[in-house]
Amino acid sequence: MTIDPQDGTQPSEADEAAFVDRTLRGVLRDVLGLNDDRVAAIDGNTGLFGHLPEMDSMAVAGLLTEIEDRLDIVIEDDEVDGEMLETFGALLAFVQSKRAQG
Amino acid sequence: MLADWPGSPAGSELAVTFDRGRVIRVLVLPALFEEANKLRHFTVATMRLLDQQGIDCFLPDLPGCNESLAPLQTQTLTGWQADVQRAITHFGASHVLALRGGAMIAPAGYPGWALAPIGGAALLRAMLRARVLASREAGREETRESLLETGRSAGLELGGWQLGPRMIHALESAQPLATLRRIAQEDLGGGGALWLRAEPDHNPQQAAALATIIAGRPAAA
Repeated sequence: MTIDPQDGTQPSEADEAAFVDRTLRGVLRDVLGLNDDRVAAIDGNTGLFGHLPEMDSMAVAGLLTEIEDRLDIVIEDDEVDGEMLETFGALLAFVQSKRAQG
Repeated sequence: MLADWPGSPAGSELAVTFDRGRVIRVLVLPALFEEANKLRHFTVATMRLLDQQGIDCFLPDLPGCNESLAPLQTQTLTGWQADVQRAITHFGASHVLALRGGAMIAPAGYPGWALAPIGGAALLRAMLRARVLASREAGREETRESLLETGRSAGLELGGWQLGPRMIHALESAQPLATLRRIAQEDLGGGGALWLRAEPDHNPQQAAALATIIAGRPAAA
């Protein structure tokens, strides 16, 4: 696990969810060059692929590769579809389920 | 300013240079492929700051890249290593500064720095994935494995870059030169890595941080 609370116990589900959420926002901030206010304004319904003109296939590939590296998961190409990239909430749910499998 | 250098045995290439005959002369090895575009502004801005801090620096066009008229698909990593060696000799460079994948073509034996060095396998992974996603949008199903197989035998276009079979093959196992002093992206402060950006962008604070590190910290030998 990536978070190790100082008391040595296993990270709670809330810690894990907060970690994934924070990390995913950080990747979006870096890929899209967002400032902190815009990152904070992202919610589950915020549109990603198809809503943001910057997100071409090269940018999506960079985004996914960075998510893999920062969250220690492997995303297969056939798992990537428009639905999973439609909103921040969908991407978050996908990544959380991959983390739970791993 | 722009200067010519003997980029290949066949002809000359251009280089951006800040040359006032000073003692420290840094050959800058650009990031490769798509990342070169993302980091171009940052790279030249860093060089301008190095110039202001009394350091000469040189950014050669690799044959097949940027303004070069040479075809990219015949370039190889070992070829670029030889070209870089020629650039070092031509400009009388004392140090190298490699950005990202540029650290794979840095010749051994020169002191220098590597910013967030990356190996060929990681570069290929992202480029292959982009190709798979773009093809799928266009209604063609491809896999990274089959693309790689094609690439090894016949070469491959990845994100507009025509890579020859020898380039693909070499990238699969190429590692950054380990003797350069590594500078992590985090060492440049906040704002995130510019090579990750969907669109080319610039961050003057990061360029200033990199120039300060180069000017103030001894290079690895």
